[in-house]
Amino acid sequence: MAEVTKMIGKAIKRREDPRLIQGRGNYVDDIKLPGMTYAAVVRSPYAHAKIKGIDVSRALAHPGVLAVYVGEDMLDINPLPAAWQAGGVKNVAVTPRALAVGKVTHVGDGVALVIAEDRYTARDAVDLVEVEYEPLPAVVDARKATEPGAPLVHEAAANNICMEWECGDAARTSAAIASAEVVVKEEIINQRLIPTPMETRGSLARYDVATGEFTVWMTSQAPHVMRLLLTAFVFGIPETRLRCIAPNVGGGFGQKIFCYADMAFTMWASRKLGRPVKYIEDRSENYKTSTHGRDHVTEVELAGTRDGKVTGLRVKTWANLGGYFSTIAAGIPTTLYGRILTGVYKIPAAHCKVWGTYTNTALVDAYRGAGRPEASYLIERMMDRFAAEIGMDPAEVRRRNYIQPQDFPYDNGLGLLTYDSGNYEPALNKALQMVDYQNFRHEQAEARKQGRYLGLGLSSYVEICGVAPSAWIGAAGQGWGAGLFESANVRVHLTGKVVVTTGSLPHGQGVETTFAQILADELGVPYEDVTIEWGDTLAAPFGYGTYGSRSLAVGGMAMHRSAQKIKEKAKIIAAHMLEAAPEDMVFENGRAFVKGSPDKAKTLAEIALQASLAYSLPQGTEPFLDETTYYDPPNCTFPFGTHIAIVEVDPATGKVDLKRYVGVDDVGNIINPLIVEGQLHGGIAQGVAQALYEHGFYDDEGQLLSGTMLEYAIPTAAMLPWYELEHTVTPSPVNPMGVKGAGEAGTIGSAQAVMNAVIDALSHLGVKHMQMPATPERVWRTIQSSKQAAD
Amino acid sequence: MYTNQFSYHRVNTVQEAISLLQKNPDARLLAGGHSLIPAMKLRLSDPSALVDISRVAELKGIRQRGNTLVIGAMTTHSEIEDSALLKQLCPLLPEVAHIIGDPAVRNRGTLGGSLAHADPAADYPASMLALGASMKIVGSNGDRVVDADNFFTGMFATAIGSGEILTEIHVPVKTAGVGMAYETMMHPASRYAIVGVAAMVRMSGGVCQEARVGMTGAGHHAMRLSGLEAAVTGKPLDAATLSAACKSLVRPADLLGDHFASADYRAHLVDVYAQRALAAAAGKA
Ligand SMILES: Cc1cc2nc3c(=O)[nH]c(=O)nc-3n(C[C@H](O)[C@H](O)[C@H](O)COP(=O)(O)OP(=O)(O)OC[C@H]3O[C@@H](n4cnc5c(N)ncnc54)[C@H](O)[C@@H]3O)c2cc1C
Repeated sequence: MAEVTKMIGKAIKRREDPRLIQGRGNYVDDIKLPGMTYAAVVRSPYAHAKIKGIDVSRALAHPGVLAVYVGEDMLDINPLPAAWQAGGVKNVAVTPRALAVGKVTHVGDGVALVIAEDRYTARDAVDLVEVEYEPLPAVVDARKATEPGAPLVHEAAANNICMEWECGDAARTSAAIASAEVVVKEEIINQRLIPTPMETRGSLARYDVATGEFTVWMTSQAPHVMRLLLTAFVFGIPETRLRCIAPNVGGGFGQKIFCYADMAFTMWASRKLGRPVKYIEDRSENYKTSTHGRDHVTEVELAGTRDGKVTGLRVKTWANLGGYFSTIAAGIPTTLYGRILTGVYKIPAAHCKVWGTYTNTALVDAYRGAGRPEASYLIERMMDRFAAEIGMDPAEVRRRNYIQPQDFPYDNGLGLLTYDSGNYEPALNKALQMVDYQNFRHEQAEARKQGRYLGLGLSSYVEICGVAPSAWIGAAGQGWGAGLFESANVRVHLTGKVVVTTGSLPHGQGVETTFAQILADELGVPYEDVTIEWGDTLAAPFGYGTYGSRSLAVGGMAMHRSAQKIKEKAKIIAAHMLEAAPEDMVFENGRAFVKGSPDKAKTLAEIALQASLAYSLPQGTEPFLDETTYYDPPNCTFPFGTHIAIVEVDPATGKVDLKRYVGVDDVGNIINPLIVEGQLHGGIAQGVAQALYEHGFYDDEGQLLSGTMLEYAIPTAAMLPWYELEHTVTPSPVNPMGVKGAGEAGTIGSAQAVMNAVIDALSHLGVKHMQMPATPERVWRTIQSSKQAAD
Repeated sequence: MYTNQFSYHRVNTVQEAISLLQKNPDARLLAGGHSLIPAMKLRLSDPSALVDISRVAELKGIRQRGNTLVIGAMTTHSEIEDSALLKQLCPLLPEVAHIIGDPAVRNRGTLGGSLAHADPAADYPASMLALGASMKIVGSNGDRVVDADNFFTGMFATAIGSGEILTEIHVPVKTAGVGMAYETMMHPASRYAIVGVAAMVRMSGGVCQEARVGMTGAGHHAMRLSGLEAAVTGKPLDAATLSAACKSLVRPADLLGDHFASADYRAHLVDVYAQRALAAAAGKA
């Protein structure tokens, strides 16, 4: 019998792609239901204003308009929930309602809902709703919001502070800084970004009058969680009354994790009207009203010795939460940021304080990397700053402070779980070798003589993947009000075909392919015979969804374990078929046989048939091969790596040319190298774009000036170099497959590599720091002012 | 991103288009739609009718008439980019067309549409000024030809009157000793010019006999840098001459500015790109 080819480790193309790239996917907006109506939202043009009155009469009279609702109409449902508050401290969590009541807190805040027979009529009628506003002064900056006299976004949150949180050891850190040989200080801004998934968000809700049940098709990364939040928290109805379906989802980057007003108002309106209601945001609405990411203002001090040892790190961060508290907003700048601030370094004393603040801007929540890019940017920027201060090579400073292989499992003292495994120096060495580091420094010196500014930037990063053990994340100290396990059901049908149903779902990650590769190898069946089902609360028993690079390390492990259970049962049934003792059986390559007699084997298909026909099964064995696992990981996983960017800065214009990008990543064992590569490419593009291009920019009045794709620069292929990527492999001891995760690594490793390179290129002019994005004008001005300083 | 209601008319001749425009002063011509449709979707523009001229045969094609190249208004950016005739006789235009937007934009967008729209950041206008092009405009009262210098009258404003159509763009055939170049800094999001400078120079014996320099992106509309043209005429276009000549060419107060590029910075860029464009043009002469 032919061996089934091994799939794990193979760089096969994604099985979902032919469907998606030929436009044959099935997205929410592709779904049309009989009697479907369309919703459009009247949105505030002001960042901060009282709503004095709303006149809907002209809109209601418009032909084709079915109803117009305002916030007061929907007071019978609750505001959206705050699912992750900052742990261990008081949070003043003011969450949005389905529509604003009384006042608006950011441009785009929804004030009225128009339902019409078609989307054009609905949109036209939006312009007929007359809203009288009383504009109020606005505040957009996270730190300024806390200053005396700043406009108050919510009465309940004094000084606009939602929460004040800290981690680490304040006293030890102060002592370390006070007694340090060298202290470097900086104000570092991690600017606001707009995630920009290709598919904008939307919901289609159908209320079944006969059964009293809702079905909502949604652009979601976590449909099971949405079911829980919308029923238990918003509507106060049994969870069983709602089915959530996430069909194809066209990118999310975190923006589609959260519970949004449109989910609630489409459900509410559908129940009211007895007809399905669809809402699909347009790009402008996506930019103004779906969540943004990052937006930190940070004051940081790093202490060390003249010979390059870092001895202390003190961080104060003002994290912008926007106009309301988004679903898991407070967890991002706390658990996922503060607790990993020391990065890949053994820093004996560290302390981080975070203020989460309200401002008159769009809500801020998890965006690819979520907290970890902000953390790794901060520490890596400061490592360079420190190296420059003591006149030491930045690679050498990193080397002197790395956590060493023998230190794992490593506790960083910031209240995180222990880092599972790591070996940081080989990744650095490999990356330095790839760029021929010594030679580059020579080239750089030569170029400077000719007035050319070359720069090289290093970034050594570590991140938290496979979030997270429920016993940790769900405990009071972390503030996450739930678990974070994942479920998977594996069935082998009587035809031998394998169906996996999982709570992890793809929106660009290619997990349909990765998961099928795992199952094919584990069960020894052809890859084509494995089907992955996802995205429907009627399918997988439960699911926490896809984010936090957890699909493989948590969701994948759930199905891996179900496969083990299937094999165990298959052996029992095969033993019965072969009249052998179950304990003598082995299962290999899809066949069960008595140890030492592989010739007399039963294939999984034969066993599945026997299990399904069920007329002859061993005593006490249930029919069918069907196993469910709820996998709760014992720890997170901690991928790492070193990235290097090489840039040339045009001295005359300040324009940065990214010439080379090298990355050595360690994501543990790799199931599909092509998919890992793809995830890294996309992630790096987003990090590069943060360094050079993207900025969600509000003026002082709270108007979003980067509100269209004409101004907001997402990266395109033409703006990026050819990536040169390599790997080291340090398997994770946390799970049986030794995998870590790769969804966010690229984003977490990249922005600081590029910024360090830009600053390195200008270091001979005395430039020590520059904020992102390094736009031509900002770089040019930095050059000008350092030249003036030198004169 | 939904437009208001409008009616749609497809025409086959220039005359048909003119008579429709005459009947409905609120109507707009639709060429490639790559400026008009986005504006309509944002409801910044809201015509009651669109007159689609994309099938009008007489508005298409690139041909040589004596010392003049005649380009139909409906010629797409990619047709210009790929034109063997232009590559030989007016290489600047294919060079400019090549950097506009992306392939989808270049396959639909037209030269006439771009010039009629007169976006202050559009790329072609600078090259029209540098080449000394002229525009043929047809209306119910007959036709006229307007110099590029008199064509761009303001932000999104041109010499085209209401009820009129831009039908042809006339460009002189390149003569001996002439070099031309376009240098630009693109906005990373829109890829439009933050500053773009097109230069045409005629060199003889290493000395510049004639220079025409057009600038786009920085100001309210594309304009000539006449002072610079005078300053370099009669001189060799070496680095020293150029850096001396390209200083404070425009006043920041006359320029546009936004959070991505302030007026001061754009003024500086005009100096830099003017110098680069002249040097590149001289290098090709
Ligand atoms: C994503 C994107 C990127 C772009 N990037 C760039 C860039 O980098 N550089 C750049 O320069 N441009 C850029 N553009 C604009 C593009 O070049 C447009 O195609 C061009 O500006 C308009 O040409 P059109 O044929 O599409 O005109 P349309 O949009 O159809 O029309 C524009 C206006 O001109 C009028 N009009 C059209 N034809 C005539 C005529 N013959 N006579 C009189 N009036 C007429 C119309 O009524 C309308 O008011 C970009 C556009 C997009 C969508």
